[in-house]
Amino acid sequence: MKTHGNGSPWMISVFILVIFLGGWHLLTLRTSFDAKGKTDEQLQMMEFNGDIVRAGAGGYIWNPEKMKGVPGPLAVVEKARTELSEAFVIKGTNDHGIAYLVLYTVSRFAAGFLAASVVAILFGILLGLNRVLFRAVNPFIQILKPISPLAWMPLLLYTVKDPKWTAILVVFMAAVWPTLATTAFGVSSLKKEYLHVAAILQLSRFKRLYRVILPGAAPTIVNGLRIAFGSALVAVVPAEMLLGELGVGYLSWIEWNNLDIAGVIFAILVVGVVGVILDSGFNKLAGLVTYQE
Amino acid sequence: MSFLVVDHVSKFFPGHAGGGDVCIFKDVTLKVDKGEFVTVIGHSGCGKSTLLNIIAGLETLSEGGVILNGREVSGPGLDRMVVFQNFALMPWMTVFENIALAVRSAYPDWDQAQVVAHVHKYIALVGLKGAEDKRPIALSGGMKQRVGLARAFSIEPKVLLLDEPFAQIDALTRGVIQEELVQMWNATRNTVFMVTHDVDEAILLSDRIMLMTNGPSSRIAEIVDVTIPRPRSRDTVIEHPHYYKIRNHVIHFLVRHAAHGVASERGVQRESPAAAPLVVRF
Repeated sequence: MKTHGNGSPWMISVFILVIFLGGWHLLTLRTSFDAKGKTDEQLQMMEFNGDIVRAGAGGYIWNPEKMKGVPGPLAVVEKARTELSEAFVIKGTNDHGIAYLVLYTVSRFAAGFLAASVVAILFGILLGLNRVLFRAVNPFIQILKPISPLAWMPLLLYTVKDPKWTAILVVFMAAVWPTLATTAFGVSSLKKEYLHVAAILQLSRFKRLYRVILPGAAPTIVNGLRIAFGSALVAVVPAEMLLGELGVGYLSWIEWNNLDIAGVIFAILVVGVVGVILDSGFNKLAGLVTYQE
Repeated sequence: MSFLVVDHVSKFFPGHAGGGDVCIFKDVTLKVDKGEFVTVIGHSGCGKSTLLNIIAGLETLSEGGVILNGREVSGPGLDRMVVFQNFALMPWMTVFENIALAVRSAYPDWDQAQVVAHVHKYIALVGLKGAEDKRPIALSGGMKQRVGLARAFSIEPKVLLLDEPFAQIDALTRGVIQEELVQMWNATRNTVFMVTHDVDEAILLSDRIMLMTNGPSSRIAEIVDVTIPRPRSRDTVIEHPHYYKIRNHVIHFLVRHAAHGVASERGVQRESPAAAPLVVRF
């Protein structure tokens, strides 16, 4: 009997990558320019438009300077090589190396996410411990939660009048609601035996909070943080694009403005890599505070 | 005056829409002497766990009062430690930390060395040496409740409240832990108030067994003296001539009479539900 699930997943991953890159390469391959069937007038027009250039032997080839279609993987690799070799170079106010851009994005993300987490956990505990308050505030949370964080941007920009802070606040808005809702839920659904033990042992308010309530609700809080983390990561890229703040999201947009599609693809890849690194860091931290029952 | 007095305690829960309050139990009075082991037996829903929680201060009472050592108790406190049916160990703490949390609360003046020594003493007492750094997830039900017992004994409460402590433990392990509890109790002679379904457990451990009628409006109908000398152990206790008399009496009560609270076996008819419980002695 044949069993499914044999073979190494690693091999399959490589196989998928090769197929993808090969397909991409073939689909974006340009045939060399063929002047047959074109009048001299047409050729002159194409040369005038910059589509073709005169090659050494009197014939024409496609103008390599003028982009047409989606660039192939080799062009993206070439772009990545130049970008990475200049990773730590600052050429001008708006032209910083990719390492700086990643740093800006990560610190912007971290500031917004951490601030949102602290605020959301504190208020979440408050709501989780007070049933009446929870029920009073819950309708507002339910209305505010589904609003796209980007929808806040014009208002935030108008109020704080500073794109730097606006970008951080957009991340904050993206991260605050999931954590708030799950923290309140986690605290309010804490097993009552734990609170009974805390009550019998006459633990102080502070001790009860950090020895019993917080660790008890930690797995639920971490789940909320995980959702908030994803949502904040999604929000930081368009926030940079719209606000023109230097970062990997901005890189993608500026490359689009330059019509450098290879640059856009490179920026997309960088966003992915940054996300993976942040996510694995988060998972390590989450493992420290959760427990199994 | 007795050490622990539950004085005419009644408990009502707010009823469903339209209906009046539901009476869980009414006018329960019981007295426990210092060093006595008293058990309440009754069917599920008779309110025996509610009674235990009221003594613990975890639930409020509707009428009456609970007096411990001459003082009325209100709210939970370190003098009345509960051993919970579902163990109530903090899953994020190790065995050591779970007990140390209690010890530090009970003896706030102790230094770290004293706390460590005290915790280790009780871990050894329940035979969990070597499991100090395990978390509850890594323990069997029996081991978890050993930690629960160690935690409860370690703070040396005035009264130990055992809330069906062995109900979630398999039958074979249950016997072993009951035996361990007998030995711990022999050594400490704590005052214990236990709630259980298990007749054999009640006879092995208790000085007196209180039989509770079914709810709602349940009450303590009879008090059975367990006239079997101590020290007891599981294999010797069943050989005592009173063992099966007591056991049969309790089971008869639970099977036939708990529903209406009539001790017809002895030909006694209750005049009114508020009358004092019948004391049964073999």
